[in-house]
Amino acid sequence: MTTRTGRRGAVQGGIGESTLRPDGIPKLRGEFMYAQDMHVDGMLWGATTRSPHPHARIVSIDVAPALAIAGVHAVLTQEDVPGPGHFGLEHPDQPVLAGEVVRYWGEPVAIVAAEDEDTARRAAAAVVVEYEELEPLIDPEQADARDEVFRRMKIRRGDQDARGSVVVEGYYEVGMQDQAPLGTEAGLAVPDGSGGVDLYATSQFVHVDQQQVVAALGLRPEQVRAHPVGIGGAFGAREDVNLHIHLCMLALYTGKPVKMVYHRGESFTGHVHRHPARMWYRHEADEKGRLVRVEAKIVVDGGAYASTTAAVLANACYFAVGPYRCDSVAVDGVGARTNNPPCGAMRGFGAVQACFGYESQMDRLAAELGMDPLELRRRNALATGDRLATTGQLIETPLPVVEVIDSLAAMPLLVDEPESPGDLPGGSGLTTEPHQVRRGIGYALSIKNLGFSEGFDDYAQARVRLTEEGAIVETAAIEVGQGLVNVLAQIARSALGVSRAEVRHVDTSRIDSAGSTSASRQTQLSGGATHKAARRLRERILERYEGDDLDDEGVWRGGLLVVRWGELVEESWEETVTFRHPPTEAPDENGQGKMHADFAVAGHRAVVGVDPELGLVRVLRVDTAQDVGRALNPESIRGQIEGGIMQGVGLAVMEELVLEGGRIRNATFTDYLLPTILDAPDVEAILVEQDGSWGPFGAKGVGEPPTISSTPAVVAAIRNATGKALNRVPVRPQDIALEEVSH
Amino acid sequence: MEVIHPRDLDEALAAVAEGMTPLAGGTDLMVEVNYGHKRPERVVALRRLTDIADFESTRIGAGVRWRRIEREGPRALAQAARTVGSPQIRNAGTIGGNVATASPAGDGLPFLAAVDASVELTSTGGTRLLRWDDYFVGVKQTARRPDELVTAVVLPDGLPERQEFAKVGVRNAMVIATVCCVVTRWDDGTTTVALGSVAPTPMRARRAEEMISSERSPGEAALAEFARLVSEEVQPITDHRSTEEYRRHAAGVLARRLLERCLRREAA
Amino acid sequence: MILTFRLNGEEVHARVDYPASLLDVLRHQLGAPGSKDACEQGECGSCSVLLDGELVCSCLVMAGDAEGSEVITVEGVATEGGLHPVQEAMNRAGAVQCGFCTPGFVVAAVDLFDRKPHPSTEEIKEALAGNICRCTGYGAIIRAFEELAGREVR
Repeated sequence: MTTRTGRRGAVQGGIGESTLRPDGIPKLRGEFMYAQDMHVDGMLWGATTRSPHPHARIVSIDVAPALAIAGVHAVLTQEDVPGPGHFGLEHPDQPVLAGEVVRYWGEPVAIVAAEDEDTARRAAAAVVVEYEELEPLIDPEQADARDEVFRRMKIRRGDQDARGSVVVEGYYEVGMQDQAPLGTEAGLAVPDGSGGVDLYATSQFVHVDQQQVVAALGLRPEQVRAHPVGIGGAFGAREDVNLHIHLCMLALYTGKPVKMVYHRGESFTGHVHRHPARMWYRHEADEKGRLVRVEAKIVVDGGAYASTTAAVLANACYFAVGPYRCDSVAVDGVGARTNNPPCGAMRGFGAVQACFGYESQMDRLAAELGMDPLELRRRNALATGDRLATTGQLIETPLPVVEVIDSLAAMPLLVDEPESPGDLPGGSGLTTEPHQVRRGIGYALSIKNLGFSEGFDDYAQARVRLTEEGAIVETAAIEVGQGLVNVLAQIARSALGVSRAEVRHVDTSRIDSAGSTSASRQTQLSGGATHKAARRLRERILERYEGDDLDDEGVWRGGLLVVRWGELVEESWEETVTFRHPPTEAPDENGQGKMHADFAVAGHRAVVGVDPELGLVRVLRVDTAQDVGRALNPESIRGQIEGGIMQGVGLAVMEELVLEGGRIRNATFTDYLLPTILDAPDVEAILVEQDGSWGPFGAKGVGEPPTISSTPAVVAAIRNATGKALNRVPVRPQDIALEEVSH
Repeated sequence: MEVIHPRDLDEALAAVAEGMTPLAGGTDLMVEVNYGHKRPERVVALRRLTDIADFESTRIGAGVRWRRIEREGPRALAQAARTVGSPQIRNAGTIGGNVATASPAGDGLPFLAAVDASVELTSTGGTRLLRWDDYFVGVKQTARRPDELVTAVVLPDGLPERQEFAKVGVRNAMVIATVCCVVTRWDDGTTTVALGSVAPTPMRARRAEEMISSERSPGEAALAEFARLVSEEVQPITDHRSTEEYRRHAAGVLARRLLERCLRREAA
Repeated sequence: MILTFRLNGEEVHARVDYPASLLDVLRHQLGAPGSKDACEQGECGSCSVLLDGELVCSCLVMAGDAEGSEVITVEGVATEGGLHPVQEAMNRAGAVQCGFCTPGFVVAAVDLFDRKPHPSTEEIKEALAGNICRCTGYGAIIRAFEELAGREVR
């Protein structure tokens, strides 16, 4: 009999460790299977015919020329859609294929299936569509005036007549950012031979894909199974359906597996973008800098279809004041419907746009008061026990705003002298010499909700079962690259006391929803479900064998191994848990209520070098302090922070889809610029840990906060270097080099 | 689909004369192919054609790649080479390809304009040498006949003692030029200024050149006037990459800075 | 046309009926999907391969132009069952997230370290400036190769 003495230590590979991700090696060897890489014998390739106009009436569609191409198996239009034919994440307002009218540039009009990709593309191009062009509505304010809106928000809190002695007003704009995940949209649909279909496609939320396929095509739920697959990033771009319903239609029509992969240019029209925003702000404070009143109007451009515009707008409005106290607030919001490309989820989800507005205002206020910008923020810092300025919600979980500010203020400012062109604005273009560079420093803070809000029944299911090899966590939660496959296994190990655990993805027919991999929610939600399931399993096992410990070897009692692992798993041990976060509610008519389940704050300090004459910027450092609850995998969090900051920097200085008359002018990687390794700032991060969130072991979601305040911090630093007002992101060279100095 | 690999230049010229599409590094043509804009069915691949890959002092074979020019080219052309795409692109892309494509934003082209280089065009009928300003005709339009290949870029004997290149782009690497500029200056003060991305073809700012060439040690007023003239002479447009106004401004700033660099090196 | 070249040391054949890229042929005909297709225009480096020893974007190589060439892809970098030191370093440093850019970084870094076993941080960045990563912000990638180069890691 095995005996042991001494206390059991922390389980190997458990929470708090920076375990290496299990999919790292296959990804490094090129062996990891992405949606783009799937292949089954006899499969066809799909392609899409898209509208070249942002707004037009479809006069006629002639599919004959496409069908005439050898190797083409199907050309389908709206008339071929078997069911109700509409989809949408919040409202099913988008046709699977445009019927009478196209409402945005690139809207799908026909789909084809052919024997190879090249033939499919040629066939898609051969479909002849006659359009009668209509005037596109491209200005969101005009849409507001015409009442073309997806949602209006009204928030009124406190004494509406409150007035402060120091007033700053400002107008701000955020351009249209793209998630630009490196893997484009891709998928494979395989008909099951009895009217159903298995879908393997890029996704952040397979259950909601499945529901939309079922609803749009008039199928029964059990006929469609959506499978999680490997995807090359997401950042919000995979929350909405795009090629999913098309693939299922083509597979069911042809009776063959059909694969489709969007090329980059198509991807830019095939998924939703970050909402461009226009924001008018008025902040009033007393002489000591305490906020007395904040007024804001926020207009976001939702584009042609609803997607998640209503929720994005709500978020922008709920976080319109930021992580600050204020008892008199008025916010009006408009989610405009236009003929621009549809906008939806992107990392930060509405909080990004508002943050650029309120943090720009806080800096203006600090300047007006002659106060240090961090001190102004400290004086207004929201804390647990306060009420959110906009909604009046009592903050019940830890909210370390002051701790984040103090951490940032205490971080040493380490900026190396430029050693090579890469450290200078203009980089290898050799535009700028060190004496032409002005340095600037800027700060910004942010707040973001974690999980879904406004009364949405937000839950995640996970199953933990034991096998010969250890514990298996089954889930439909999507790994987008963030490390879900790491952290769920870590949680299971710590909760079970067993070092062998791995995550397996299962399809929609075998487990209930894990919800979306978005809103920074999976560590808390799927992690919460995994934690609970693993803990219950451990309790049941210990109870059953009257044990006092469970580990890799088996069940222990009084220092003796009473049941070996091998024996233990001869019996079936599994536990399935559906985890819900604390309930939230819909807002009242003044936008008041408990709309959010949890919050996270972050702060950023950016250091930039600017060539003011040419308007070129090199972001040198972005240091950060972030509220993480509890760090379950510190290196993974560092990866989220560095990557999130890079996207925030991208929005600050280069990333924008440029529209002209509703058409995207730069739908390529040549012209939609993503930061390169020579644009990457150095990052130092402090993880602020505080116990008390409802997430597993007190963890909070960490994915979005890095992307929110990094943008205004960079812009603040550019303002600091140049004295320019800069009310728009991305900041373009001409905004720095040509505009008048305003203050 | 047919791709041939000619053993020598004559074979390549015969293929082009027959109407085959020349393919050099592929960095321009394959973008067009991948995006469905071009679909050549008969291609003559020049990548391994050593006949046009020599780099002698004043004659740069069309097949010479940017990676090599980065190391071995004259100063300003090497600086320009360093900004062509990425390491991957510079390993594949050639100077002949840059010249044949004739994009207004071609990074290597302002240097050719600045030093009055010529483009060597060869067909089965023979060879002709066209000065750069006779060769570049418009946006992606040149005087090359379909039966001709760009076989070399020919530099004049003796290059300016001072020459500097710079390029404005919104990102620190791998970026299309918003404006790029070459300034050269001889010991006798003769100055040339050539620019890219500010006109349908690479261009020279002749009035600015004339003004500054007579200044042996230009002071602030002359430098400012020089920049102003450059800004005035360029003919940029507003597009999704930038605005006309910014391009004018940046052209002047770049030209002045590069001239100042030349003057500093002259003084040193 | 029927195309013949050496892929990761073995002779392979493919049929090309249109001006497909080498990347297309690798991914769709030769069962080598490790090289990734992310932009089709040489602006992301995800499809990086070594063509006759030179680092190039396989999306910009016309397949027919690879006739008779030697092509090394990410699948040909590792030893049997093991990892190339470049892969080891990236794994240890947590330089992989979604992984879509990873094969391109691996091939570009193999090319760098073959040419220069102890590059400076600046040389590392220069060599990888043609590879876009959307997830990591590059921090872990830089740390991985600084460590491999025997340099002080930030």
